Amino acid sequence: MRQSRKASITMLALAVFSFVLWAMAPATATTIKVATDSDIIKLPDFNVSPMLVSAISAIVMLGVALFVGWLAVKKNRKAPRWAIVLFGLAFVVQALVLLFSGKTMTISDLLRGSLVLAVPLIFGSMAGVLSERVGVVNIAIEGQLLAGAFTSALIASITHSLWLGLVGALIAGAAVSWILAVFSIKYVVDQIIVGVVLNVLVIGLTSFFFSTVMQANQSVFNSPPRFDSIAIPLLSQIPVLGPMLFTQTAIVYLMYVALAAVYFFMFKTRWGLRVRAVGEYPLAADTVGIKVYRTRYISVVIGGALAGLGGAAFTLGSVGAFGDKMTNGAGYIALAALIFGRWNPILAALAGLLFGFAQNLQYVLTAVGSPVPSELLLMLPYALTVVAVAGLVGKVTGPASAGKPYIKS
Amino acid sequence: MKLELRGITKRFGAMVANDKVSLTVQPGEIHCLLGENGAGKSTLMNVLYGLYQADEGEILLDDEVQKFAGPGEAMAAGIGMVHQHFMLIPVFTVAENVILGHEPTKFGGVLDLKQARDKVRELSNRFGFDIDPDAIVGELPVGVQQRVEIIKALISDAKVLVFDEPTAVLTPQETDELMAIMKQLRQAGHAIVFITHKLREVKEVADRITVLRLGKVVGEAKPTDTAEQLASMMVGRAVDLDVNKGAPKLGKKAFVVEGLNAWNEAGTQVLFDVSLDVHEGEILVIAGVQGNGQTELTEVILGAHARTTGKVSLDDQDLLGKSIKQILDLGLGFVPEDRTQDGLVGEFTIAENLILDRSDRKPFAKGPSIQPKVVREFAQEKLKQYDIRAQSIDSTAKQLSGGNQQKVVLARELSRDLRLLVASQPTRGLDVGSIEFVHDQIIAARDSGIPVVIVATELDEATQLGDRIAVMYRGKIVGIVPADTPRTVLGQMMAGVA
Ligand SMILES: Nc1ncnc2c1ncn2[C@@H]1O[C@H](COP(=O)(O)OP(=O)(O)O)[C@@H](O)[C@H]1O
Ligand SMILES: [Mg+2]
Repeated sequence: MRQSRKASITMLALAVFSFVLWAMAPATATTIKVATDSDIIKLPDFNVSPMLVSAISAIVMLGVALFVGWLAVKKNRKAPRWAIVLFGLAFVVQALVLLFSGKTMTISDLLRGSLVLAVPLIFGSMAGVLSERVGVVNIAIEGQLLAGAFTSALIASITHSLWLGLVGALIAGAAVSWILAVFSIKYVVDQIIVGVVLNVLVIGLTSFFFSTVMQANQSVFNSPPRFDSIAIPLLSQIPVLGPMLFTQTAIVYLMYVALAAVYFFMFKTRWGLRVRAVGEYPLAADTVGIKVYRTRYISVVIGGALAGLGGAAFTLGSVGAFGDKMTNGAGYIALAALIFGRWNPILAALAGLLFGFAQNLQYVLTAVGSPVPSELLLMLPYALTVVAVAGLVGKVTGPASAGKPYIKS
Repeated sequence: MKLELRGITKRFGAMVANDKVSLTVQPGEIHCLLGENGAGKSTLMNVLYGLYQADEGEILLDDEVQKFAGPGEAMAAGIGMVHQHFMLIPVFTVAENVILGHEPTKFGGVLDLKQARDKVRELSNRFGFDIDPDAIVGELPVGVQQRVEIIKALISDAKVLVFDEPTAVLTPQETDELMAIMKQLRQAGHAIVFITHKLREVKEVADRITVLRLGKVVGEAKPTDTAEQLASMMVGRAVDLDVNKGAPKLGKKAFVVEGLNAWNEAGTQVLFDVSLDVHEGEILVIAGVQGNGQTELTEVILGAHARTTGKVSLDDQDLLGKSIKQILDLGLGFVPEDRTQDGLVGEFTIAENLILDRSDRKPFAKGPSIQPKVVREFAQEKLKQYDIRAQSIDSTAKQLSGGNQQKVVLARELSRDLRLLVASQPTRGLDVGSIEFVHDQIIAARDSGIPVVIVATELDEATQLGDRIAVMYRGKIVGIVPADTPRTVLGQMMAGVA
């Protein structure tokens, strides 16, 4: 009862805000560009009025808020998921149209960039899924990403091989998570503390080697090749989504495969069932003969390897070189995506995409010269997390034994 | 399959939990392992199940010595266990729980849940259980969860079945049904070890009885022995199982609850229109299976529950809306359900725990400072009066056994000027000897003219202690009846049937 009321109150407040935005909406139209050059079917550009869109959004939002409130008070029911999605969509559309008023919004740029930014987040959230589902809290995603980014840049620079760079990233991420696993499983140290310490350690190490080795000899140690975008025939020509999903680098395609594999293994296989059992109730898993420690080690380390790949997405995928502390908190946002996505790899990936979108929006808006200060826009992903988790999603419960060591007598 | 344990010894540090325990269970036999809490029953079974490694002794199945490095090997050898604390994953479905550890798969790793469901249905039908393989275990009633545990043991083709205190969480009806299931399993030739400390159940199903005390086998008993004989074997001295209490001398109606509703933090309603009253000098027992709103009711009385409507009053003063401290000052004595968690501070000494709620007032404090001498004298006196077995009043509470912890809480609560005593399962986990003592103290409180509310989950305790019994089911009072109401009627009320 209280949870659903809270959701409807949050929604009402946002709806009121939306009406305020409507009242302030500028008269200049927003041009929306949907088509890209490669599309099979070319959709025309069109103009929309921020006033009209605001009006529709505000009314839809108010409607949904009232409906959810009615459900909460009269039926004592939670807000249905479709209502939350519809509400969020209305709000985002309104915000976009207002922000781009008098300018051209190129949908494919917006989306494609979002995915690129989301790749490390999604790899990171997969690491979180694998680790926390088996009962080990993984604050060290940040460190795993950074270690992957550094190692892949270094190895790819030296060997001139992208693929060896990726292997290096895998191993680096796995190594960091292996340390996490040893300290949390074997030495039962507080998992949050180990995670934080590991992050600091990796930042320190990479910064040190960056300034002493890489910067001293940039051309040898920090000029890795970069993955090219590969447009997949046909698929990449689908309007709107095609360029976003299927004109990407090999790392992104690798991510699709990894995501599908993690989901499949976690929910459809014997291995996944055991991983989840260990994360929920290790003693029960033990009583049916499952090796709790081994399961934990394996899952945590594989997760770390995936996060390492996410790190390579920075250096070999988008930037093209390692930069000091370049992950810049992505590991923590991946953690938020994990919780927002309720420890489900697919939902977490969608949450990661949302955060990537918020980040990219900030770049695009700065590029088209939006009047909104970019510092304010920088807050967007975080503000979004807080509102979404606290106001709409409500209490989410992760794996029951996450963070608790298992001590065998 | 015949099970034999020979001279099993298991130590935890210096403490000997099992001391050369030997036991033989024939196929088609229900063998009762009887003993007080802490006697070492669960430890022995965990050794059998490969969860613990014995320090000495051996396990034989059909006269062959076995070595179990882990539960997986014990299971493979044909041992199944229904654990005291269910070993089920609450968020998994029945089918997932049942197959965990030996999952049927196709294409070398993909779960074959269809096969799992079919197996669950088949076993479910064979024993007349009505279990949906796709139900989420955490959402099932406890009695049904237990059947899932039984299916889990049977599905891996267990020939030796261990039930560790299976009736602790069941309603009387469910208990009867479980007994029937056990008899059915005996018929099918399983060797069954049944652990309990409830004498009634032992007498009903046991073929043979082995009594364990302080980790040692005291001897065998016969199902035909009287409850008193069994109890004194368990405790090691003569015990009186009857509660001696005279007719109540009722005073005025002192404690009244009217139309009480309460909601938990998630917003689910947990108490529905609860009304009851207790006279001075009367014991009202709230009977019911655990988790039917009793905890919430006592929390409301204590003032620890915020989301309520209705009326709760003591001596014509409204309690709802008052803080815990205000309510305690009005004269509430409260013995919580989970004494280690809510009743005591484990790191504090016995002396400190005895004055926990009065450390700021006379005679224990003068101004801002505590009077150590008064505190110590008080503690010495209570230690003697309540027969609290501890090295000294400076031992910390967590060093005490459960029974002695409970005595500390009781000593503290009863040594104040009370206007109402509320005790949740006051004898839970106590040995037979301590139970006697605690019951006497509660009756003494009643006879001094205090209204008393007892939450009981065991019918015997409810009928022995209560002057009247209010039965709770799913947050409602099903009815308030005299204490001499037949067990069967009470059982039906507790199951929500009547
Ligand atoms: N893992 C353990 N570590 C230390 N002591 C234990 C452990 N398990 C049980 N004990 C102790 O062994 C004794 C027997 O416990 P248990 O077998 O659970 O008794 P029962 O099942 O008969 O109530 C108790 O004193 C208990 O405190
Ligand atoms: Mg036990």
